[in-house]
Amino acid sequence: MFDLFTFLPRAVVQGIPLLLGSTGETLTEKSGNLNLGIPGIMYVGAISGVIGSFFYEQSTAAGGFRPLPAILIPVLCCLVGSLLMGLLYCFLTVTLRANQNVTGLALTTFGVGFGNFIGGSLIKLSGSELPSIILTATSNAFRTSFPFAEKLGVIGKLFFSYGFLAYLAVIIALVCSYVLNRTRTGLHLRAVGESPNTADAAGIDVGRYKYAATCLGSMVAGLGGLYYVMDYASGMWSNNAFGDRGWLAIALVIFTVWRPNIGVLASFLFGGLYIVHMYIPSGMNLAVKELYKMAPYVITIIVLVLTSMRNRRENQPPASLGLPYFREER
Amino acid sequence: MNKNQRSPLFHIAKRGALSWYGAWAIRGGAVLLALICCGVITSLVTGEDPLAVYKAIFEGSFGSSRKIWVLLQNIAMLLCVSLAVTPAFRMRCWNLGAEGQALIGALASAACMILLADKLPSWAIILCMTVTSILAGAVWAGIPAFFKARFNTNETLFTLMMNYVATQLVSYYCVVWESPKGSGQIGIINPNSHLGWFPQIGSYKYLLNILIVAAVCVAMYVYLNYSKHGYEIAVVGESERTARYVGIKVDRVIVRTMLLSGAVCGLAGLLLVGSTNHTLTPTLVEGRGFTAVMVSWLAKFNPIWMILTSFLLVFLGRGAGEIATNFGLNSSFGDILTGVILFFIIGSEFFINYEIHFRKSGEGEG
Repeated sequence: MFDLFTFLPRAVVQGIPLLLGSTGETLTEKSGNLNLGIPGIMYVGAISGVIGSFFYEQSTAAGGFRPLPAILIPVLCCLVGSLLMGLLYCFLTVTLRANQNVTGLALTTFGVGFGNFIGGSLIKLSGSELPSIILTATSNAFRTSFPFAEKLGVIGKLFFSYGFLAYLAVIIALVCSYVLNRTRTGLHLRAVGESPNTADAAGIDVGRYKYAATCLGSMVAGLGGLYYVMDYASGMWSNNAFGDRGWLAIALVIFTVWRPNIGVLASFLFGGLYIVHMYIPSGMNLAVKELYKMAPYVITIIVLVLTSMRNRRENQPPASLGLPYFREER
Repeated sequence: MNKNQRSPLFHIAKRGALSWYGAWAIRGGAVLLALICCGVITSLVTGEDPLAVYKAIFEGSFGSSRKIWVLLQNIAMLLCVSLAVTPAFRMRCWNLGAEGQALIGALASAACMILLADKLPSWAIILCMTVTSILAGAVWAGIPAFFKARFNTNETLFTLMMNYVATQLVSYYCVVWESPKGSGQIGIINPNSHLGWFPQIGSYKYLLNILIVAAVCVAMYVYLNYSKHGYEIAVVGESERTARYVGIKVDRVIVRTMLLSGAVCGLAGLLLVGSTNHTLTPTLVEGRGFTAVMVSWLAKFNPIWMILTSFLLVFLGRGAGEIATNFGLNSSFGDILTGVILFFIIGSEFFINYEIHFRKSGEGEG
């Protein structure tokens, strides 16, 4: 039996990391940087948060665990970790004008390796039998939801049963959308992504905008990794569990045609598609489940093709996406 | 004149042309710096003597004759995928789908091995495998190419997504053809009859692969540098408008080049299944499709230099793996070291393409 009311909240929870990742990547791509390092950055964001809360839990093992620092420390660590990755990407692609695809892929290799290495080392440090780190206390702090959620029945479960990061993710996406489309800063940023030459001629500091957008984008994406570990996975880090969600976040950017506000609902749709194979009764035929997992990617491809076929100007990728900018180049 | 006007500390200008040895000196310097950096990191993490670290890196590749063969085999496979993406890259068409194209080629050849066993003799199966896998790879690259040529669909994102469609398709067939039942894996295909297994040359298991890839490498070099097609690719890559103006049919060049790119990827998949692994898993290609992007780019899309760059990456990867096992680190440590080395090499390209002019003293004071 397909139970919609257990499925939908799971889809939302599954979609939040994708929403954060894709909001970050949209911000980055609007500045003309195609950051394929997002999967790596999300890993680093997640593991940085895990490092922070691991040591906080260790130091308070004797008592004195308080929820506020338990939330602030991992969030701060996560932001710093993903910021450093964003800075590295910017330094290589903006300052040194390296190829963005190559840099991004290297960043992903590095980030995933870093996450798994630190994760493995922490597992060794904690001396646990299982190949994972479990941070239950921190996770409980992250998962605290509205106290009245339980009383409201179905509505409470659908709308109020999530941890604070989920609401933050939606707010970030909406704010992003507003800033991009309704403010001068957003206009400048889009100008940088569409035509850096024109933007430069108009007196916009192209390099600064690219740095700012990419670093902010990395930090937002990093939070997606943190949400995955602390909320979705109940504070359990095991190597490679994050899977291909980073690439799915990049797919989501295309799916939403570079609009974070569409991303809010689209990410829940993707989240649902990602787990729908667990809810569809397929009997003994396990193979079909693998085909369901293909759905998000196939749909993204269809959207990509359709937007390019219709060729509406507002639905196109930023015109200079993936190209380095050098003022003296003709 | 404005007396307060000051010129910046330095300014950056594009280099005209750097001699090839100058460029490789810079790259070599970057690799050296990267190795020093890696040694320092490893020493800090393990507390071992840096020299022991370098010894381990070297032994990871050259420690025994078996390791040398594995090294050569890995270089050959990485080189094959890198050769495949190169024509597309020369055209500035970012084919990031090599992973999926190789995987789909592998799927096609595994399908032939499984479905045609006991129906055809081994040589006929090998023939079928070759044809289907090359076709499958070409089709997988041809789909994005068609849309790129027709509607200017972004090929970077399209090919990237195709990777995951291919991965899931392989996962699907892994369950369909699972053996033994319930394991969710395809074990070694035709383990007793060896139907569809490529012949071994003497006692060298990997020699055939290496020879085939070497031939592809030379052929690709000739194709790109001395054929009309290669010239057209170069013109399209430099400027699509120029190409159109001189009468090159850009759409056709894009589709043709991507088909070729996919076909060579399919060949890589064929070699992986038919000659090396004799099995199919969703992770068969091991991320080579992405590493190939870096190999090709580092060699400036030159097939001969690619031998060197793929050697470098495989050597470092295996060395890092050896460090990880020797010093009891987790195997992901290798990825970190590879990442660090790549950052250095990527950064070094700047100093090859641009030069920095520092402000001369006295100048700029107004």
